[in-house]
Amino acid sequence: MTFRLEAAVAARGFDVSLTVGPQETVAIMGPNGAGKSTLLAVIAGLLHPDSGSAEVDGRVLFHQAADRSVWMAPHHRGTALLAQEPLLFPHLTVLENVAFGPRSRGASRHEARKTARHWLRAVEAAELSGRRPGELSGGQAQRVAVARALAADPELLLLDEPMAALDIHAAPLLRRLLKRVLAERRAIIITHDVLDALMLADRVIVLEGGRITESGPTREVLQRPRSRFVAGLAGLNLVAGTLTERGVRSAAGQDIAGQHDPTPAVLAPGQEGVAVFPPSAVSVFLTEAHGSPRNSFPVTITDLEPHGDQIRVRAGELSADVTPAASADLGLAPGMTVFFVIKAGAVSVYPA
Amino acid sequence: MNTGLHRIPGAYTGIPSWIYVMAALGALLVLLPLAAMVAKVNWPQFVPLVTSESSLTALGLSLRTSAASTVLCIVLGIPLALVLARGSFPGQRLLRSFVLLPLVLPPVVGGIALLYTFGRQGLLGRSLEVLGIQIAFSTTAVVLAQTFVALPFLVVSLEGTLRTAGGRYEAVAATLGARPGTVLRRVTLPLVLPGLASGAVLSFARSLGEFGATLTFAGSLQGVTRTLPLEIYLQRETDADAAVALSLVLVAVAVSVVALSYRGPRRPPPGPFPDAGSGASGGSRAARRTTAAPASHGNVQ
Repeated sequence: MTFRLEAAVAARGFDVSLTVGPQETVAIMGPNGAGKSTLLAVIAGLLHPDSGSAEVDGRVLFHQAADRSVWMAPHHRGTALLAQEPLLFPHLTVLENVAFGPRSRGASRHEARKTARHWLRAVEAAELSGRRPGELSGGQAQRVAVARALAADPELLLLDEPMAALDIHAAPLLRRLLKRVLAERRAIIITHDVLDALMLADRVIVLEGGRITESGPTREVLQRPRSRFVAGLAGLNLVAGTLTERGVRSAAGQDIAGQHDPTPAVLAPGQEGVAVFPPSAVSVFLTEAHGSPRNSFPVTITDLEPHGDQIRVRAGELSADVTPAASADLGLAPGMTVFFVIKAGAVSVYPA
Repeated sequence: MNTGLHRIPGAYTGIPSWIYVMAALGALLVLLPLAAMVAKVNWPQFVPLVTSESSLTALGLSLRTSAASTVLCIVLGIPLALVLARGSFPGQRLLRSFVLLPLVLPPVVGGIALLYTFGRQGLLGRSLEVLGIQIAFSTTAVVLAQTFVALPFLVVSLEGTLRTAGGRYEAVAATLGARPGTVLRRVTLPLVLPGLASGAVLSFARSLGEFGATLTFAGSLQGVTRTLPLEIYLQRETDADAAVALSLVLVAVAVSVVALSYRGPRRPPPGPFPDAGSGASGGSRAARRTTAAPASHGNVQ
């Protein structure tokens, strides 16, 4: 009883295979243009893949192969799509919008409205039923859109950055609402926000350049990033290279000493690996620091930006957090060459 | 964002002043002849002239045939606009060019083409003749000629609206389980209703004024094919006062039809065509609300 997909779209360099369990919510993360929306369009039947197949609970959604080609129209798939914009039909009232799904599936007007009222209550929007979409705030409209998608009783709910167009006050409310309604439901949610992945998803899949690069329980993926993209999401520095006895040697030849994780025994030097450390573990010095268990290397500051009550010092792909006072004492400015110093004990090293 | 850019009176327009002179000349070119015609109207005789039997017959025929050809334009134009705007098939660009051809073709040429299609010796006419159907020089011919010249107006207007609206609402409707027929009826058509309405009005107005194709294909038989423009042309030879009076009637009908339903270039239909990303700003939401309010039952205030 799972959803299973394998699909390739040559024109977009897209080639993905994944499964989603009956009550599982999977978060899809990845940089812009990674193929996240392509994935949802293929599942929903809005885009024909060049090859592959998909089925949900044994029902074939599509099967594109040289010998056999099956294509189920979008309206038969049971894959309701919730987009970044609510896209409520502007000429229908809120109630009619939510009743649209059940009505399209053959429910009587009365039954469809009953279902619609149920879901409007579930998203705490019952009092909006008589309004037109133009009279709703962004957050209200998106809540109604959630109700509309759920009222269609989808076997797989597809959410394409549902919080992205909301202001900072409306987003937390919708996030809590989604947590409640997605709990027992199969869903795929595209998001740019780590918080969404942590709160809403059981598992995260990272898509980069049309391919899955990482996948696993959200906490694990964020704790042990293997790509720079995920490290960025988790707010960690990541240096990729090959494993050595004491740590990682980067592609540029820089040695970074760290703690092998898990035990050193399983690591084979020469294998591809990463060194990961938080910006808070990085100290900034004007001159080279000495001391045995430390990494110290010169970098050129590219940017300084506020980060909570700290100053984040960016140097290319690495960053360090320092206090505003320290930043002022050191006279940090973009273009300066400084030394980033990291204790070996704060660096985790593991295979990529 | 379109909705956020309402022009405030007195705001900077960026129009050079000489443009106003040219625009005034353009407006004069349209208005001056109309004024000259109005000046020529024989007012004491106006009512008897326009209520003569032949005038009333011609006016009635014009209104009936124009209504019929507008219906025909809607029935045939909606599918054409849909496949041109949304479909994807070989020869699509060619089809669009040919559908728009009557816009630039002299109507007389259209009439001749219709004659060689539906006329007694025409492509389909011969077969229809066998079935006992004669189209040329009948009221049906008037309707066909008017539809021929008016169809592009509806197709152009509706295709533009369909393109502006995009297909995103339709995609969402489909994922909610609506079959294509339901999507068309409950989503697409209501969304493009403004474009459809203005297209239909333009088609009606064009049908009302049709002359060349009608004369060539349908002739000028009183009560059967002699529409108002034909009557005016005929009267001009014998009774100039009657021609002027009837012209004024035609102008009045056309102006009122257009004024009734065509309210200038439209914004995209009310509702979210966002401003992706920044849609949450208070300003644009307020603007969106004001545009949508007239469509509602007014239960906001």
